[in-house]
Amino acid sequence: MMTLVSAHSVDQVFVNLDRWLVAHTPAPLQPLVAILLIVVPILAIFPGLFALTTVLERKGLGRIQNRYGPNRVGPLGLLQPVADGIKALTKEDIVPRSADALLHFLAPVIIVCTAFLAYAVLPIGRNMIAVHLDAGILFFFAIGSATELAVFMAGWSSRNKYSLLGAMRAIAQMISYEIPLILSSVAVIMIAGTLSPEQIVTAQAGFTGIFPHWYVFTPWGFAGFFLFMTAAAAETNRSPFDLPEGESEIIAGYFIEYSGFKFALFFLAEYLEIFAVSGLGITLFLGGWSAPFSFLTWIPSWCWFFAKLLVLIATFIWIRGALPRLRMDQLMNFAWKFMLPMTLLEILSAGIWRFFPQSGFWPVVRWLACALLLAVPYVLLARGLEHGRRIEKRVYRYAEES
Amino acid sequence: MTGNWQRETHMLGEGIAKGLIETARNFVGSFVEKDRLVTEQYPEERHPLPEASRVFPFLLYDGDDAEKGLRCVSCHICEKECPPRCITIEKSTDKKPDYVGKPQFYPAVFNIDVSVCMSCQICVEVCPFDAIRMDTAFELSTSDRFDGLLWTKEKLAKPNSHYRQIHPTEAPEVDARRADDVAKAEAKAAAAAQKEAGA
Repeated sequence: MMTLVSAHSVDQVFVNLDRWLVAHTPAPLQPLVAILLIVVPILAIFPGLFALTTVLERKGLGRIQNRYGPNRVGPLGLLQPVADGIKALTKEDIVPRSADALLHFLAPVIIVCTAFLAYAVLPIGRNMIAVHLDAGILFFFAIGSATELAVFMAGWSSRNKYSLLGAMRAIAQMISYEIPLILSSVAVIMIAGTLSPEQIVTAQAGFTGIFPHWYVFTPWGFAGFFLFMTAAAAETNRSPFDLPEGESEIIAGYFIEYSGFKFALFFLAEYLEIFAVSGLGITLFLGGWSAPFSFLTWIPSWCWFFAKLLVLIATFIWIRGALPRLRMDQLMNFAWKFMLPMTLLEILSAGIWRFFPQSGFWPVVRWLACALLLAVPYVLLARGLEHGRRIEKRVYRYAEES
Repeated sequence: MTGNWQRETHMLGEGIAKGLIETARNFVGSFVEKDRLVTEQYPEERHPLPEASRVFPFLLYDGDDAEKGLRCVSCHICEKECPPRCITIEKSTDKKPDYVGKPQFYPAVFNIDVSVCMSCQICVEVCPFDAIRMDTAFELSTSDRFDGLLWTKEKLAKPNSHYRQIHPTEAPEVDARRADDVAKAEAKAAAAAQKEAGA
């Protein structure tokens, strides 16, 4: 009992600290302090995680290519983000003469603001959520689509053909992938019966034996998780869907005309979006802050959230190291001919899952039926994408293989 | 490269899985097998330079005294041949004996501009006195972009031992030839002295 109490107090240490600090401030200041105590940690932790991720990503990609990666600044190169930050701050801030100066300035500000706003509805631990919104998921997607506006502002106001091309690609890609992103999470909303992220996590927090009730362990949840994370990678312009900034084609895409700290803000916003959407993926499918086994519940809930987040970030880095960039037509085909039908089938599968009888051997039948409903179309749709194309040996007219 | 090229594609994600496994193998392997990491950690690890590598010329001197042993006779050939015109020479008014004892001019000023030199080695090719050679030192950056980049005679002069060290096959040949010249001059002088004595 003693251990349980102490584990609980460690779990709630930040919540209690917050309450204690608010209670000890003068009454007129209390609303302001209460807000600051929620906002400031978010503004500190996630950019800190961004700094850590940049160096880990560069080291990880380096190792994937049998290089060392950054290893000069500080121990093991861990202070590299500090050097990068100083560099970004001291660089000249160039605004093209023909650019729309106001929009050009506003775009990086708006993209960072919207990226931060998404964290308002992420439960990063038990009772640790900035805003208790009943329609939190809806808010998240609404704010998430506002980043498209900032991207287009950046691309349009720069008055550069590459930035405009990048922005157009970004808009086409983000709108196409927003549909599977939202539809794949609709199944979770249907099963949980709520739009509140806290209640969705609570619905997954129970255990059967030692195993948790995470939605990823159901057939529709498994498919949904992969569809969600794929769409999330595309939504945040993450490799292999990084066409809007494809270096080899359009140099840097929509932020080509940005230098110095404005460029760093775009970079920051991109990573903040990745963390936010990964956080939502954790909330919807991976049980949010809940422990993966019943005997591990003594570890604080916020540790579990950040552990899961780091695993997803590592996976994103790994995928970036492994996969080449898609072509524009492949990207669109993938969104409309594969992702969209699969998400619709996921919703159907979740519906069947919900209304199947639960007694006797029916759970097994339910599992098989829902899994088959997704696995068979997966194979068929993948074949459909193939269009009878075969991988053939490429024939060169002039150069011969030696 | 004679694999089965006509194989059917499945598009079920096996390619992605294969790629992920390959990258994971590289990731783990780079920590386990040291010879996977081919990067040389430059300031700490230095690759030995090939003998023919050349960066910037230096002036050779014999013996220990750079002023006395400098081989350059201030003939201006390198100055005229230099394509980017980075060499400046001013001839001395007096003469000093060279290695065989013959009185020769020497350079009162011998400057080379590091920022103009293009490392072409033409000065070395044209020098009839084996007085200028290419050095292999390449870390020549400086924070002073005026005087720091204009190398004077004092900075350019390097002993013959340095030449033997960086060009181990070429230097002994030059030394042998010059020893031969000295021997010939000595024999000539001895013969002349004998003739004088005989007369």
